[in-house]
Amino acid sequence: MAESHESAAASKASRWQALAGGPSANQKMKFAVIVFPGSNCDHDAYHAAKHVLGQEAEFVWHKDTSLGAADVVILPGGFAHGDYLRTGAIARFSPVMAAVRAFADAGGPVLGVCNGFQILLESGLLPGAMLRNRGLKFICEHVSVRVEQVDTPFTAACSAGQILSIPINHGEGNYFASDDVLDALERDRRVVFRYVDAATGQPSEASNPNGAARSIAGICSERRNVVGMMPHPERACEPMLGSGDGLVLFESVVRALSSAGAVGTAAR
Amino acid sequence: MTIDAALLERHGLKPDEYDRIVRALGREPSITELGIFSVMWSEHCSYKSSRIHLKKLPTKGPRVLQGPGENAGAVDIGSGLAAVFKIESHNHPSFIEPYQGAATGVGGIIRDIFTMGARPIALLNSLRFGPLEGPTGARTRRILEGVVAGIGGYGNSIGIATVGGEIAFEESYAGNPLVNVMCLGIVDANALVKGKASGVGNPVYYVGAKTGRDGIHGATMASAEFDDRSAEKRPAVQVGDPFMEKLLLEACLELMATDALIGVQDMGAAGLTCSTCEMGARGGAGIEIDVRHVPQRETGMTPYEIMLSESQERMLLVVKHGREHEVEAIFDKWDLHAAHIGFVTDDGLMRVKDGGKVVAEIPNTALVDDAPVYNRPTSRPAYLDTVNTLELGALRPAPPPDALRAVLSSPTIASKRWVFRQYDHMVRTNTLVLAGMGAGVVRIKGTPRALAMSTDGNGRHCYLDPRKGAMLAVAEAARNVACAGARPIGATNCLNFGNPEKPEIMWQFVEVVEGIAEACRALDVPITGGNVSLYNETDGNAIYPTPIIGVVGVIEDASCTLGRVFRHSAREIVLLGEADGDLGGSEYVKTVHGLVAGAAPRIDLGRERALIDVLVEAAAQRLIESAHDCADGGVAVTLAECAFDSGGIGFTVDLPLAADEQANPWTNLGLLFGEAGGRVIVSVSPGKRQPLAALAARAGVPASVIGTTGGERMRIEVGGQETVDVALAEMEQLWSSVLGRYFAGRAA
Repeated sequence: MAESHESAAASKASRWQALAGGPSANQKMKFAVIVFPGSNCDHDAYHAAKHVLGQEAEFVWHKDTSLGAADVVILPGGFAHGDYLRTGAIARFSPVMAAVRAFADAGGPVLGVCNGFQILLESGLLPGAMLRNRGLKFICEHVSVRVEQVDTPFTAACSAGQILSIPINHGEGNYFASDDVLDALERDRRVVFRYVDAATGQPSEASNPNGAARSIAGICSERRNVVGMMPHPERACEPMLGSGDGLVLFESVVRALSSAGAVGTAAR
Repeated sequence: MTIDAALLERHGLKPDEYDRIVRALGREPSITELGIFSVMWSEHCSYKSSRIHLKKLPTKGPRVLQGPGENAGAVDIGSGLAAVFKIESHNHPSFIEPYQGAATGVGGIIRDIFTMGARPIALLNSLRFGPLEGPTGARTRRILEGVVAGIGGYGNSIGIATVGGEIAFEESYAGNPLVNVMCLGIVDANALVKGKASGVGNPVYYVGAKTGRDGIHGATMASAEFDDRSAEKRPAVQVGDPFMEKLLLEACLELMATDALIGVQDMGAAGLTCSTCEMGARGGAGIEIDVRHVPQRETGMTPYEIMLSESQERMLLVVKHGREHEVEAIFDKWDLHAAHIGFVTDDGLMRVKDGGKVVAEIPNTALVDDAPVYNRPTSRPAYLDTVNTLELGALRPAPPPDALRAVLSSPTIASKRWVFRQYDHMVRTNTLVLAGMGAGVVRIKGTPRALAMSTDGNGRHCYLDPRKGAMLAVAEAARNVACAGARPIGATNCLNFGNPEKPEIMWQFVEVVEGIAEACRALDVPITGGNVSLYNETDGNAIYPTPIIGVVGVIEDASCTLGRVFRHSAREIVLLGEADGDLGGSEYVKTVHGLVAGAAPRIDLGRERALIDVLVEAAAQRLIESAHDCADGGVAVTLAECAFDSGGIGFTVDLPLAADEQANPWTNLGLLFGEAGGRVIVSVSPGKRQPLAALAARAGVPASVIGTTGGERMRIEVGGQETVDVALAEMEQLWSSVLGRYFAGRAA
């Protein structure tokens, strides 16, 4: 905490770049799971990274200004500050967010899940906003999402068009942006996940659970290292929980970090 | 203010109860003291009508770590861990303000669990509503929608998975819905925290939300009947703040990990009053507080109002003197203000000051232990003589396929997906059986085990025969848990009844308690706690007597967990238990013929226990792939539910006629839709038919191979004759769409 968060984040990012450039099979990745007071999927992300994947993980309190020696940052699901206002609207002001921003700016991989995605939108790290679900009801159930892009650190181990069964769990997951923004996202291949029909593999009205624009379930930043998504991959990392399809996202980031040049950002 | 008859009535106190107060104090009470007595001696807090009967419940056992009397019960689940659980009602507030009533019910039971030091990991709820159609249908739909949204709004936000529950619809709940919520948490067995105050001079802290005027007299409201002016009582319903509770939960668990804490209790019903005097009484100590130090969100609140407020998300803590900074630092971290409002004394008194001036001074024992206890008169209700007769000869038997469609379309039987998809049932990644797929099952990380839990109770059966209905409820909850592969080890109960001052209602209550006691003894599941909700009446009409039983069981190897649905085609289907059931009180007779009549279904507690043993053993040895309890709707509905959500695995079965039976319409309907305890449908692992049969034979449980899984149809023969042959997809569509249809056009 002695060093300023900018320099702390920069040094972490350089560690990340060193890792990305010089793979080491034995060295474990360190996942930093940000904990806002109302986060409730923080333990699930931690469990997936540490106990299922066998990597290192640590919690970082939202009032902290440093991410420690993080290689990957996860903004978990939950209700960061109760979300009585707009989801994520208060969380963006938490002290840790400056460090997250610096980490992202330096090219470090950041995954925002559900409330974490909403916080990334409020912080301006990703474009767009969330509306209430089309049906105005909270929805918790497994949905089918198609992997649209495999050149992000969190989809590097996926195959293009792969369909994953992952649960959603939200009341405000109806992704919205202006047509210009949506067109730009499509043009720049930044739509990473789309809700699709399990049988046809195609988006449809019926398979879009919340009314999201263009069935968007997840997007990435311009530099592709920041990914936000509404479905919860950390809930689908063990078959005994109903699906193991989400684990590939965590495996992706480990692979992306340990093999040089596997990811666009890592090659820089 | 002078204390007169009208004032006493407003406080729900009877004249002789007032005399008792004067005797306890040796003087007339102040108005603040009168308010304090009125809430502590309310039915809700004092259990004055039920207490002498609740003593009949078995509460001890080798696994019981904490029985009734604390904030929640606890059982040993192995590996040095305890499961802490309890069920509680929030019926009255949910009728008046459905969203907040249900939400604060969830909040209250969660506080009871973490107050014991346990991290809450699972919620279940049992709900009862009036019919979704008819003159009260619109109101009921609004109440149901609000209750479900409230349960979800609170549980989803705080991050505790709602893993199970059940819903039933009966006319008797139209003016008085039931919202019973159960919560379960996990704690190191040697780290259980108690709600007691001790150590003279130790500071007393108030933590959490500020106190407002909401909920004043909530406990008194929950102890009276409803009438058409009940809506005016809305200010007595509190407003929930799940984020505040999340902060309290995390901060309290963090504090409990230190040894700075002496005791803690949440401020639920009767708020600051109840927590102060109960903690003092349990510790044999006194507590002195000054209401001036209590954080308030309204101005000009009187001591009376502060002591009786039921504002939510507040906790009272006693900590070790000298550790104040440590305690305050933990609450600061979570942006909570811990207010030092008083200290522990050795005089056994609850002393309340207002800026130094004493406004109440009452012996704790007078409030907690000396509350009136009533052995109210009982009388067998006359209605039983008429409703216990069911003349099948006077009815026209329905063709079985039509009957199946009708019963599957009954909202009580139909899929509850519309409801549970609004609940986060997965958070903390422990849920092994997803909502609606069987009992609620959560794994216990760091151990090989899982816990299964189920809440059950059939008010219609209890209306027809309270004692038998209560036994059926205990057996069903235990059987559901065993169907998941779990050994039932403990139970909690929520007893929902009408006005106990009516001898017929009191008779129902006593019969039910004795029935629960007998069943819990027979099945070896001690009751570790619970809740009584009386006065569930509107305009003099009581609800059906409705005990809800929550049973918790242990699965030693979580990988042996079972759900309700068929897993594979070409598996043998075995019915464990007798094929025959009773149409009396059945869903068929209710749905198709509009009658609530007959004797309640049969139950044999010895057979029930043997069946549980068979299920637990069969699951552990992986002899079976699925198991589903055969209760509401009988064998036909149970088979259908084994096929629904299986991904299209149908079945063909032939139900055997007893040697002395002839196939005729009523015999067939009895086999298809008759209800009884002690029956389960299982699908058998390949090659495991013989070991399963041998296991069942040793236990004395009938086991008949009735058919095989597979195909796209649901085919049921009786004695070789076709009775039902329908498309699975059509039936599943029907069953799945019922609830959603009632809410179509509204938010989907």
